[in-house]
Amino acid sequence: MLPKLFFGYFAVAITALSLLVVTRRNPVHSVMWMLLMFFNLASMYLFLNAEFIAAIQVIVYAGAILVLFLFVVLLLNLREELQTNRFIRAWPAGLVIALALLASIFFSISSFVPGISGRYTNDYVQKETFTKVLGQVLYTEYLFPFEIASVILLISIIGAIVLAKKRTRS
Amino acid sequence: MNDILKAIVGPELAGDVVNIIIILLKTAAVIAVGLLHVAFATYFERKVMAHMQVRLGPREVGPLGLFQPFADGIKLFFKEDIIPQNADKPLFYLAPVIFFASALTSLSVLPFFDGFVVGNINIGLLFLFAMSSLGAYGIVLSGWSSNSKYAFLGGLRSASQVISYEISMGLSLVGVMMMAGSFNLSDIVRAQNHYPLGIFAVPQFLGFFVFVVAAFAETNRLPFDLPEAESELVAGYFTEYSGFRFAMFFLGEYTGMLVMSSIAALCFLGGWALPAFVTANLPGFLAKALGLFCFLIKVYAFMFLYYWVRSTLPRYRYDQLMAIGWKLLIPLALGNIVITGLAKMWFKGLL
Repeated sequence: MLPKLFFGYFAVAITALSLLVVTRRNPVHSVMWMLLMFFNLASMYLFLNAEFIAAIQVIVYAGAILVLFLFVVLLLNLREELQTNRFIRAWPAGLVIALALLASIFFSISSFVPGISGRYTNDYVQKETFTKVLGQVLYTEYLFPFEIASVILLISIIGAIVLAKKRTRS
Repeated sequence: MNDILKAIVGPELAGDVVNIIIILLKTAAVIAVGLLHVAFATYFERKVMAHMQVRLGPREVGPLGLFQPFADGIKLFFKEDIIPQNADKPLFYLAPVIFFASALTSLSVLPFFDGFVVGNINIGLLFLFAMSSLGAYGIVLSGWSSNSKYAFLGGLRSASQVISYEISMGLSLVGVMMMAGSFNLSDIVRAQNHYPLGIFAVPQFLGFFVFVVAAFAETNRLPFDLPEAESELVAGYFTEYSGFRFAMFFLGEYTGMLVMSSIAALCFLGGWALPAFVTANLPGFLAKALGLFCFLIKVYAFMFLYYWVRSTLPRYRYDQLMAIGWKLLIPLALGNIVITGLAKMWFKGLL
């Protein structure tokens, strides 16, 4: 009962906060609602026994990426921003597609069958602590995909540096 | 007591209720003692700086001026609360609360002596990083919502500074995590006992250096106090704040300093831990009291370092600040991680 109650709270809170993020006129207020949404998302991870992911969610998304969002948003001209329309003209089409997706998920959920549980059961993860288990899996079984992901990130960093670099006259 | 509780909430819930009451009492104790420390940290700072500048410091209120912090607190409480006309009101109210709350929340995962910690969680260190990154929001929002150019410049400077130095601070502690094999602060303190010198500051001297520099920048203290540089920006991000809202920024800053000092004491200087030959013959509570005393001495020494540096060094220029952060501290911290990893493998006989 209690887990369901918690899940219900987080599901409602995350959805409501996401709606608040996209409907605010003031972009800085949007960012603040998004911060609250990230904290709810982190609590959701905690609730799933994934404390490491929860901490990383707060540190990386709330602590670094969202601050950079805020940085950009702070430099906007607020007076102009408050007068422009919140949504583009095609928003009803987007709404229809989103509702259709929701309906198809809603109707297909009855045929959901949980897979057989593998080696990493809840008790095992709790006993070994989540961080340790995640590290072991990430650096042994999934080492190759992990390395590919980091190479992709490295390429994008180099791309950003190349774009931002000052052209030197030769 | 237990029987009354069982009668009220039923036998199944009685244990949970007792646990919650204990946690609440612990929280109240930590906040009360923490805030008293904050109050006297300001007195300590004024006295230390005064003597370094051949002055006497506060000495009028109470014996040796010891009641000065309370006089300051009462003054701040009863000051008029002024809000700029074009300020963004909700965010203006929210900013000091975020700043102060994130600093106070950090206290909840610090173990003050063996077995005393409000929340003994597996990811203690990561939780501290998360809270310190949340504090940046208080600063940025206060700068933006005040609708004043000095506050705005201070807020922007502070945000970029805190983000840059958070990276090097996180990386400087990775060496400690690798040596201890845990994020839990109590485990980190216990792990230090297994190493020959009993403190991580010696094998992790590079990490300790990076951490100390980053801690100064994280808490916006001299020589990195550009966000509130008085000679350029009046008071930086909290220029427009007065009365109790200003006091919250002030208290948050000193709480942040105490938290940083505690992290340094716990992760690098051995925390409450004492050699086994000292604690072996002592009764339990006396060993714990001695441990608490040890921990506090280390925290006060680190606070003294803050004041010492403040009255010694001039302020850095902004580009120098960024250059130190990105071009010196981060490479040093990354190098420290590699060295620690190689040394660990070598000791295990894998290399």
